[in-house]
Amino acid sequence: MPLLKSPPHLANTARILATRHATSPAAVRHRRCNSTVEPPPAGGHLPSIATSQILRTKRETALRTPGLSWADEDASAPSRTIVGGRETRKMNTYQAIRDAMGIALAKDESAVVFGEDVAFGGVFRCTMGLSEEFGRERVFNTPLTEQGIAGFGIGLAAMGHTAIAEIQFADYIFPAFDQIVNEAAKIRYRSGGSFNVGGLTIRTPTMSVLIAVEVVIPRSPIQAKGLLLSSIRDPNPVIFMEPKILYRSAVEQVPVDDFELPLGKAEVLVPGSDLTLLTWGTPVYHCETALHMLDSPPPSLEAVVPKSVQSAKIELIDLRSILPWDVETIVDSVNRTGRLVIVHEAGLTAGVGAEIGAEIQKRCFLKLSAPVKRVTGWDAPVALHYEKFHIPDAIRILDGVMETLAY
Amino acid sequence: MTAHGEEATIIGSAAALENDDESAILLNPMQDASQPKWLGQYREMGVLLWRGFSLDKVMAQCFGNQEDTSGKGRQMPVHFGSPEHHFHTISSPLATQIPQAAGVAYALKRTPSRKSKSIAACYFGEGAASEGDFHAGLMLASTIPSPTLFIARNNGFAISTPSTEQYNGDGIASRGPGYGIDTVRVDGNDILAVISAVREARRRCLEQGRAVLLEAMSYRVGHHSTSDDSFAYRARAEVEDRKRIDNPITRFRLFMESRGWWNADAETELKARLRDDVMKAFKRAEGLKRCELGELFTDVYGGPEPWNIREQREELTGLLKKYGSIWEPWRNELGKFKNKGQDLLGPK
Ligand SMILES: Cc1ncc(C[n+]2csc(CCOP(=O)(O)OP(=O)(O)O)c2C)c(N)n1
Ligand SMILES: [Mg+2]
Repeated sequence: MPLLKSPPHLANTARILATRHATSPAAVRHRRCNSTVEPPPAGGHLPSIATSQILRTKRETALRTPGLSWADEDASAPSRTIVGGRETRKMNTYQAIRDAMGIALAKDESAVVFGEDVAFGGVFRCTMGLSEEFGRERVFNTPLTEQGIAGFGIGLAAMGHTAIAEIQFADYIFPAFDQIVNEAAKIRYRSGGSFNVGGLTIRTPTMSVLIAVEVVIPRSPIQAKGLLLSSIRDPNPVIFMEPKILYRSAVEQVPVDDFELPLGKAEVLVPGSDLTLLTWGTPVYHCETALHMLDSPPPSLEAVVPKSVQSAKIELIDLRSILPWDVETIVDSVNRTGRLVIVHEAGLTAGVGAEIGAEIQKRCFLKLSAPVKRVTGWDAPVALHYEKFHIPDAIRILDGVMETLAY
Repeated sequence: MTAHGEEATIIGSAAALENDDESAILLNPMQDASQPKWLGQYREMGVLLWRGFSLDKVMAQCFGNQEDTSGKGRQMPVHFGSPEHHFHTISSPLATQIPQAAGVAYALKRTPSRKSKSIAACYFGEGAASEGDFHAGLMLASTIPSPTLFIARNNGFAISTPSTEQYNGDGIASRGPGYGIDTVRVDGNDILAVISAVREARRRCLEQGRAVLLEAMSYRVGHHSTSDDSFAYRARAEVEDRKRIDNPITRFRLFMESRGWWNADAETELKARLRDDVMKAFKRAEGLKRCELGELFTDVYGGPEPWNIREQREELTGLLKKYGSIWEPWRNELGKFKNKGQDLLGPK
């Protein structure tokens, strides 16, 4: 039951970010291997999204994003990783998403972008300038009907066209559920392979809600652009869920050319051997913060973070594709670490963590040294003024990690 | 989120649905069987104010403080609700109230003390009328007849989308006959016209036990909400023109003045008094704490609390005991709740 009408979430974004304390990126980067770091600031070492080491803010590192494949190269040519001549531009997440759609529209004459209020740029500005650039026949407003938007997109895609639909807020996707679950997800199967709607991509801004098609959630601008272009070109319909809070707050140098990132593949962000910390979307940054707090607790937390766990090597993984999910990477990691903590914003019961936990205990049963731990939202609707105690933050993740290490 | 530009539609319809027997409302609205049931979209706070929902209650909901009886601080601002005022709590997903109104009205029809006395009044925007739920709601109210008054507020916009992109037919009213529903379109900026149209609509609802569709034509003078800057998609001059040429408040003021019922002094006095009242309520609400933190876990289910909710509350309690005073973001946040989380933590 989504209680939150979204525009005011923009205000939440600013509020949440304002409570974080920035530390210099360089200090964060070297902490693990260097003991001569500056003393922690009053609020402890809490890297904000703005200074996260996970974000690639330099051209060189951006161009070497793992799994990145250029989509403008001759497919028959041997693959190469040469990045000379490639440019990047500083973008936040909504700009990177806009960039991906611009490329899709420019390269594919059948592609159209549509949804509520997209013509003037969309309420989160993801389609800004697209209708001016490509015309109102290709970038247009729809009436206010999510079931209509999904059905219309399915019709376009069934004709072999590329349909990039926007559902204004994930909270309001449910009127479209019948079209998504019973139509988009089943058309290929029920028609014996004679029809499919692979050209359909439904983008939707999200926070704490999750639905079951292919489901992708990017953590950053580079990821958003590469994964969105892959989604648009993927032979299956894709629900692409964009964390609202990252639209403006996550900034990277994003390669300007056409590139893709693999769907169905998780990414190991920090390698480790003692515990696997698995998440996706916004909590990636809370996990990063929690790992810094584990490694060098601020004075206020020193008493509760035993020395014995401080040196633990935690493997941080961004799942990225929620469905189908990368079981191989997770199993490989848990077989090495023996411990798994899953973090997601959605509620516990029947959440994605339940599915992953069940599969991992089946595949890694004898390798597990502790029960799979889930740090998630509670089984209650996400209530406005209670948010900070509902959505898992760094301290809950830290606690879950310590509990699992000590088991 | 304001109703700027639509004052005549909202207050006019509330006034028209006033009980014939004024004193019954004042004495005990709960007991008054002829009160309509209200189902709003979000711009209809005026209905509540008209019915006596206090400014303190309005502010309590907007701030989400401990006096927020609409939703205990769980919902976003303007999501009011009040059983006492027969006002169903606003929900964020659009148009869901439309088929619900048909159900509410059918229940009224089946309640002997209410039958032929009260109707369900359901508001929605011309944008929300594009949702499937709109069609479902009108169809149900017509095929399973019930005294439902559907009030479409056609204010020309759904966020940035102009009504010309919402439909290519003749507005919302043209759909009523298709569903076999008596329909009227009214100048939503003329409060007297709204009152008489809504009165007639109510009369038909009750007399025939059937639905009526009313489309009030108006203009959204305000931005969609505080997160919106409407000059990104419409000219400032267009808005200024509307305010000047077709202003529902000015129109009613001129009417009142022509009758000698109103004058500039009375208006100045009224504005000053209302501003004062609003600021007082605002300041008061601002200083109040939120509900107790434990309310995070209440009202999820009725009846016995399921184990998962109980265990999750206990888990949060354990975490608060451990980190509530040493983890700065939580310490700061706890201070905003009534009793600072002690309802969960128990006496020291
Ligand atoms: C199902 C659903 N889709 C989208 C939204 C986002 N949204 C909130 S208000 C709004 C516009 C509504 O326009 P209208 O019905 O004309 O009412 P108005 O704001 O003009 O009073 C939209 C698209 C929502 N709340 N619910
Ligand atoms: Mg409207």
